[in-house]
Amino acid sequence: MLHLVVCMKQVPDSREIRIDPKTNTLVRQGVPAIVNYFDLHALEEALRVKDEHGARVTVISMGPPSAEKALRQCVSMGADEGILVSDRAFAGADTLATSYVLAMAIQKAEDEWGPVDIVFCGKQTLDGDTGQVGPGVACRLDIDQLTYVEKVESLDPVKREIIVHRHLEDGVERVKARLPVLITALAELNRPRRAGLPGVLRAARYQPIVWTTNDFPNMDRSKIGLRGSPTIVSKTWVPEPKQVNTEFIEGDDPAVTAQELLGRLYATDLPQKLGWA
Amino acid sequence: MRTTVLQSGNLPISKMWPRIGDEIVADERFDAVVVGAGPAGTAAAYTMAKGGLKVALIERGEFPGAKNIFGGVLYRKQLEDLIPEFWKEAPLERTIVEQRLWILGGDSAVTFGHRNLKYKEPPNCWTGLRVKFDQWFAGKAEQAGAIPIYETVVTELLLENGRVVGVRTDREDGDLRANIVVIADGVNSLLGKSLGIHREWRPDEVSLAVKEVIALPKQTIQDRFNLEDDEGCTIEFVGHMHGMAGLGFLYTNQDTLSLGVGVMVSDLRNKRIKPYEVLEGIKRHPMIQRLIQGGEVKEYSGHLIPEGGLDSMPPLAGDGWMICGDAAQMVNAVHREGTNLAVTSGRLAGETAIAAHAKGDFSAAALDEYTKAVRDSFIYKDLKKYRGVHGLLAMGASDLLFEKFPQALNDAAYEMLLVDGVPKKVKQKAAVGHLRDVAGGNWKLLRLALKGWRAMNG
Repeated sequence: MLHLVVCMKQVPDSREIRIDPKTNTLVRQGVPAIVNYFDLHALEEALRVKDEHGARVTVISMGPPSAEKALRQCVSMGADEGILVSDRAFAGADTLATSYVLAMAIQKAEDEWGPVDIVFCGKQTLDGDTGQVGPGVACRLDIDQLTYVEKVESLDPVKREIIVHRHLEDGVERVKARLPVLITALAELNRPRRAGLPGVLRAARYQPIVWTTNDFPNMDRSKIGLRGSPTIVSKTWVPEPKQVNTEFIEGDDPAVTAQELLGRLYATDLPQKLGWA
Repeated sequence: MRTTVLQSGNLPISKMWPRIGDEIVADERFDAVVVGAGPAGTAAAYTMAKGGLKVALIERGEFPGAKNIFGGVLYRKQLEDLIPEFWKEAPLERTIVEQRLWILGGDSAVTFGHRNLKYKEPPNCWTGLRVKFDQWFAGKAEQAGAIPIYETVVTELLLENGRVVGVRTDREDGDLRANIVVIADGVNSLLGKSLGIHREWRPDEVSLAVKEVIALPKQTIQDRFNLEDDEGCTIEFVGHMHGMAGLGFLYTNQDTLSLGVGVMVSDLRNKRIKPYEVLEGIKRHPMIQRLIQGGEVKEYSGHLIPEGGLDSMPPLAGDGWMICGDAAQMVNAVHREGTNLAVTSGRLAGETAIAAHAKGDFSAAALDEYTKAVRDSFIYKDLKKYRGVHGLLAMGASDLLFEKFPQALNDAAYEMLLVDGVPKKVKQKAAVGHLRDVAGGNWKLLRLALKGWRAMNG
């Protein structure tokens, strides 16, 4: 049976995020935590493979204990196991340290449940936005990476071949690769399912497995947490909103004001830019 | 197990679900399923889970409290019966030490009130916000062992030979079988309607409440309401609501104010006034305006309040089901108590379920113990006392009671306190005469007073 791993991060809901005007950092307090949007698409794709070919789906997340809730959500949708890699020593990790820990966790999952065939990641997180962790994990596992995948065209578990469409800046690339691979998912990849009631019941009772540094005897302590993170945030700022000149065209007769508006618009280069002229 | 689906009639069933008459197969069975994780449902789930029953708690919101609102006062007694000293851990806003009642005139008010620091220890009531409180309360039920099933809508009840044997949800493979279903799905109770135990509420049986949560600095709130630390104050007000039967409220939270009005739906309909217009009018009243000025509106919400009283209460139990809280019209509109009645009804339903479970009897006769327990409780007794209030309000005297009298009272107070050389005896006579004229004569005033007395003293 295929073994699929999904890397998932619990993130603050970006729709409700604010920036502290004094410190210029994200205000996380009181903001609901959700499964990273792109990771849901990664999970959904893994579950589709499971539905079609049969597979074991393991979700791995590095984060604080509160991320158990996000893992339960993944289990409710159909993941077989949820692993929380959690330790104070992991705190303050940048993408380098994070991908190191996740790669070690995936190797440990291989020890537990057999070799991993596909690792699914979201293309990026909503809070970090770097898109570096997926590729970083692939490098450390020394497997091929298929980033920005918008469609899985076919998967042949016997031949161990997968064909995907990668959405690039200048077009779409159709790629064939041999398993094991790591895929980073775009939102276009699929539409995540709503958990069925049996899944919700299972998730409500499910206790995610927690791995701490003690579970990784070979882990290099200098490569985790703040110590293992060479990224330095030198400055943060909130961009000034662009100044826009607003004019109100007053009048009682809409036909007249509309005529006036059109006249003003056609006096600019906008119609040409939009191809109206 | 062969089960037949009974459609609720209120919700469309999507194509993927079995239709009426289809056979369905269910596997996992619960001792009890509770529909709705508000105060009533959560109290029932908590009680049953603590009693060792296998319970599922279903809530349509993303989390308990996400879709719930109330004015904002939580009382100690009824919750304490369930969770001793809950206030030491529950997310509450302020301990209320003062309650005020304002009778509003156009730009004036006659005020009553009571402040007493004895209300701090032991605390009597608190202001609260449901979005925080309900989450905490449901968390207690989860800790006690209730299985949370959130973001899930119960679309109908599963019936077998006229007995309720479980619920159907809007999730895939969404049937859940149980010996008992506790219906606590709120004022609009779709399940109550599907059971045929209550109809669509008449416009005079419900009020529409709209509420704003207005943010102000903590210190500003404390200064404006004369409070220290966690002390709180509530203001209830009548009058100045376009002559409609309604009650307004202004409550102090930690760093917000809850301001709202609840108006009888039939009056809103007859006067063709929108609820937010009533609230906007209230916000401009000088008594209110000064307390809220400079505040930023953080939330706006609206909700129906069941105010039909005892005569609108449906049957409370049947074969395999019990109904609690707002879904059973358990609101004491006169004392703005609802959460109280909800929590107690949930607890009583839970206790009945535990006894029924022990006997293995889930028939209407066995669950009718719940009805009896409600009748013996303050829920029934209080609603009985105020049984006539709904009739009094529904008889069309709103304009008189909620506009003309409050204004006349303000006018009278103004005259009595104005020193202008007119003898007090003359003033008093004029004031009484004014009230009489407003009522339409001595006889009518007396009759109204009598009706009012009877309504308040069942």
